[in-house]
Amino acid sequence: MLRLKSTRTVLCTLGALLAGSVLSSAQAAGTLTIATVNNGDMIVMRQLSTEFEKAHPDIHLNWVTLEENVLRQRVTTDIAMKTGQFDVVTIGNYEVPIWAKQGWLTEIKPDDAYDMNDILPSVRESLTADGKLYALPFYAESVITYYRKDLFQKAGLTMPEQPTYDQIRQFADKITDKPNQVYGICLRGKPGWGENMAYISSLANTFGAQWFDMSWKPTLTSDAWKATLNWYVSALKADGPPGATSNGFNENLALFASGHCGIWIDSTVAGGLLFDPKQSQVANTVGFAPAPKGPYGKGPTWLWSWSLAVPVSSHQSADAQAFIAWATSKDYVKLVAERKGWVAAPPGTRASTYAAPEYLKAAPFASFVLNAIKTADPNGPTAQPRPYTGAQFVAIPEFQSIGTQVGQTVAATLSDQMTVDQALTSAQASITRALRQSGRAR
Amino acid sequence: MALKTKTSTQIGVTILGWGIALWLFFPIFWMILTSFKSEVQAISTPPKLFFMPTLSSYAEVFERANYWHFALNTVIVSVGATAVAIALAVPAAYSMAFMPSKRTRGTLLWMLSTRMLPPVGVLVPIYILARNTHLLDTCTGLAIVDMLTNLPIIVWMLYTFFREVPAPILEAGRMDGATRWQEMTMVLLPLALPGIASTALLSLILCWNEAFWSLNLTSSHAAPLTAFIASFSSPEGLFFGKLSAASTLAVAPILVFGWISQKQLVRGLTFGAVK
Repeated sequence: MLRLKSTRTVLCTLGALLAGSVLSSAQAAGTLTIATVNNGDMIVMRQLSTEFEKAHPDIHLNWVTLEENVLRQRVTTDIAMKTGQFDVVTIGNYEVPIWAKQGWLTEIKPDDAYDMNDILPSVRESLTADGKLYALPFYAESVITYYRKDLFQKAGLTMPEQPTYDQIRQFADKITDKPNQVYGICLRGKPGWGENMAYISSLANTFGAQWFDMSWKPTLTSDAWKATLNWYVSALKADGPPGATSNGFNENLALFASGHCGIWIDSTVAGGLLFDPKQSQVANTVGFAPAPKGPYGKGPTWLWSWSLAVPVSSHQSADAQAFIAWATSKDYVKLVAERKGWVAAPPGTRASTYAAPEYLKAAPFASFVLNAIKTADPNGPTAQPRPYTGAQFVAIPEFQSIGTQVGQTVAATLSDQMTVDQALTSAQASITRALRQSGRAR
Repeated sequence: MALKTKTSTQIGVTILGWGIALWLFFPIFWMILTSFKSEVQAISTPPKLFFMPTLSSYAEVFERANYWHFALNTVIVSVGATAVAIALAVPAAYSMAFMPSKRTRGTLLWMLSTRMLPPVGVLVPIYILARNTHLLDTCTGLAIVDMLTNLPIIVWMLYTFFREVPAPILEAGRMDGATRWQEMTMVLLPLALPGIASTALLSLILCWNEAFWSLNLTSSHAAPLTAFIASFSSPEGLFFGKLSAASTLAVAPILVFGWISQKQLVRGLTFGAVK
């Protein structure tokens, strides 16, 4: 009898717990749910967002921090199914034009006090579709070359003002010291459209290669692509760290910061991390140079921005727009500078940030970043006319899967499972198939 | 001679057992070790075994996220899903073990076959169902999915334990005038308690560590510890120390619980109900 009573008690308690959980999950009016990634700038935004709540006592902020790929999947599901779980989403300039065309994003219309003209034009344009703005940039990045000044000095080398890829290869050969675990060059090798293919697409542009011709036929078996991949594979095999296929942005950051890389070509956002002695053992010896140029020399250039957008499924669009206007404003940059120091100011979005002498003093890499982002042109001309936009990606929905698939094939060349020719032929066939299936190509 | 061979075999088996145990435990050991390193130490090459420990990663984890909110959600979901699953599985396994029909075996196999489907295959329908029933981002929704996911295994395990209970004992109960309910709750359950306890513990561990549905069906209110861990993975920046600290905090309760109850778990899994 006692046992029966206990069973009932357990069931009742359980029922109460579950019912309580349903009730507590009902979203309160005036609560904005913000989906974001976990990186330094976003963490600072979250910490300082109490200031926004103080200024808007009727708005409460609810944060959901997710790993980048999980965030993309969750937000896509949420928006596509119009669930309305998120009021503000953190997305990149790859997603913005695609999602805007799908009708998933609300047009952003900040008030006059926002100073839209202060946003760097290249960044602003990358968040615009059909003349309408669909997101506001939180921070932006392009690509630069990091190198170890001490290793260059020891080898009697000087980094030119505008290096070429031939020069980079020669420098890497000279400073590689494998017995002491110093590798001449570190590049992204981890397969993924946002990992190795972000770098390789950018490399291909300056080598005169491109993904598609005007009839959406892939051009991966072209000589320019072969030259691109030959340079990449031979450089990493000769002068790169072991296990390069496991190295993405973070792994290379760790390698460079712990003194194992001589040259690293990657996102400008690493500048702040490499310059911080708390995170970098080489903070005093890091040098900066523009991204190298290949035989073509021109072509679209890398531009990425983490931006804040409002999905159409949000029921609190006005409050959400007020929040993203606050988080991307000039006043917010000043607030970060006051509380966290100028070096923590979100980079790459506002001209006024780079006009502040305090910022230029705190971040010696600032002028390189500004120049890289100002001159970044993701819509720039490729060697032959192209039907798509984007520099380190192709701005079509299929690119996530195509890019990752080709990324895996490229990684196979690094691990000697395929030759460059085999990899490109295989990539050409798989892309052709994927585009036929999606109906983009015949 | 025979004794000598037996002793050396025992030593060999002991060494092999310890070797496998240490090999299996090494990732957890390394995770705990990394959680006490600074971010620079965490990424150092070659990896450091000896270093000055710091609690900075734990401090940052507690500063950035409300650990207790995630932990409470995990407890509610795991305990809730396990309790409901056991409550449903006991009568199911009881009827299959003591009143089998010609379709019992087929039903058991069919139930198990649902485990063979990759979860992502049913993500969209389950997401839509959860949305339409307002169960998205609720502990109830997640507990229901976890419960249904683990139910086939629980029924199978309980069925196996119940089959070991001699039918004459239940018959004796009936002879004394016990109803079906009394027979199940007052005769069968006490006899099969070690098996039920180990099944419940296994279900608890499976629910605690479940990540796919947690990440897809919850966002903030009902997010459990698996979502807490995922939030410390960073696309740009050093995060191994913080991620290790978050993972250590997430697995610590279930690890301790597992250690405390391992005797019961092993006994339940190996000895059966009445042996």
